[in-house]
Amino acid sequence: MSAAANPVHQAVLWLNDPLNWSNPGGILDRLGEHLTISALAVALGCLVAWPVGLWLGHTGRGGGLVVLVSNATLAIPTLALLTILPLTFLGFGRTPVVVALAVFAVPPLLANAYTGVRQADPEARDAARGMGLSGGQLLRRVELPLAVPYLAAGFRTAAVQVIATTALASFVNGGGLGEIIRTGFGLSIAAGGGQIVAGGVLVAGLALLAELLLGIVERLVTPRPLRRGRQRAGRPRPADATGRA
Amino acid sequence: MSFRLSYRADPGNPWFSWQYVRDNSDTILAAVREHASLTGRAVLIAVLIALPLSVLAYWVRPLAGPILGVTGVIYTIPSLALFAFIAPYLGTGATTVLVGLVLYALLLIVRNVVAGLNQVPPEVGEAAEGMGYGRWRRLFRIDLPLAIPGILTGLRLATVSTVALVTVGVLVGHGGLGQLIFAGFQNNLYKAEIMTGTVLCVALAVLLDLLLVLVGRLLTPWSARGVR
Repeated sequence: MSAAANPVHQAVLWLNDPLNWSNPGGILDRLGEHLTISALAVALGCLVAWPVGLWLGHTGRGGGLVVLVSNATLAIPTLALLTILPLTFLGFGRTPVVVALAVFAVPPLLANAYTGVRQADPEARDAARGMGLSGGQLLRRVELPLAVPYLAAGFRTAAVQVIATTALASFVNGGGLGEIIRTGFGLSIAAGGGQIVAGGVLVAGLALLAELLLGIVERLVTPRPLRRGRQRAGRPRPADATGRA
Repeated sequence: MSFRLSYRADPGNPWFSWQYVRDNSDTILAAVREHASLTGRAVLIAVLIALPLSVLAYWVRPLAGPILGVTGVIYTIPSLALFAFIAPYLGTGATTVLVGLVLYALLLIVRNVVAGLNQVPPEVGEAAEGMGYGRWRRLFRIDLPLAIPGILTGLRLATVSTVALVTVGVLVGHGGLGQLIFAGFQNNLYKAEIMTGTVLCVALAVLLDLLLVLVGRLLTPWSARGVR
């Protein structure tokens, strides 16, 4: 095993080479791609999942649909969607990658939007009705604000998940930090071990950083009285654990 | 059936082709076998590690936070990065994939087993103690049987997500059905190969999930509605 010459040491060396950061296709380029793809995918996921989730929660129907979507996406390998979507009408390029990743952002966003509206205090809802608010006003002025902590929790779960999954875009040459790991494997373990570990550190660091920052955001938008009593597991179980990749 | 006709009518790049399945049945079977074996071994090992950890978290409350925290952090690490950390040490073999899969399954099982154990009504535990049950006897006769629904939820989540996750093993050349998907992509976007791999992968997940539901029904005859 001494031939591997301590991959961690090699990784430090690799990360300390400024050219590895600034080269075309270097760390900075890949980081930019990674963040762009992730942001687009999360935005697309929010655009689809939040209105649907809020509406389903408002009407109180479709709980089964939410669970079904979660379970279905759990069983679909990310790699499959990443390879299949470019062959459809979406064509090649960045679009199919973003769409594939957005699919995996939908379950946590949808489930939390649904639960967020559902758990709104029935008395608050009744009071709003009594004040003469229409269905749409009720959703916008009462249920939506009360659901914000849940939306934030869903956003965090989805964003961290997408940032993690974007690493797999490299399998279809979609860019992102995963490319650094893939290139390392292309060099063979002995030669690319340092780069492989360095890529791993970058990908994992970005995911953990996102988890940390969005956790703070989630805390900030959660009104103080709700912070302790409400467990983050207040969402349907399966949505909590959408297929990590 | 009409597969021969449809094959002749579609000489290009069809989404599905019996011709492909027949000509490559050996490769496909080998991929299914590797996929199922990796999943089975990973979930089994994860259970063997996760059950004692969960019981520890249940018995020693102060340890519950750290145990769930550490497994949670591991779960947050993207799979590609996890494989990247393991591969330089364990090489590009199936072992690397196996270790990564086990680490991922841990959180799902631990969290659900702990939740299941915590749902055991305190009165039942007190009654058992009143009857003179010791700690271990209570665990095996009372707590664990009553936690079966939680354990099974964890097992199902872990199994289904492990089946999907095996495909990432293509990074080190041991992705089970992921090898078919990836090879199809590289092989001039051969749709039939990609689709066969995908469909079998989803089918395997659904099959194992149904199997676990069935096991759950058999293990908990008292819950008429079954697990979940």
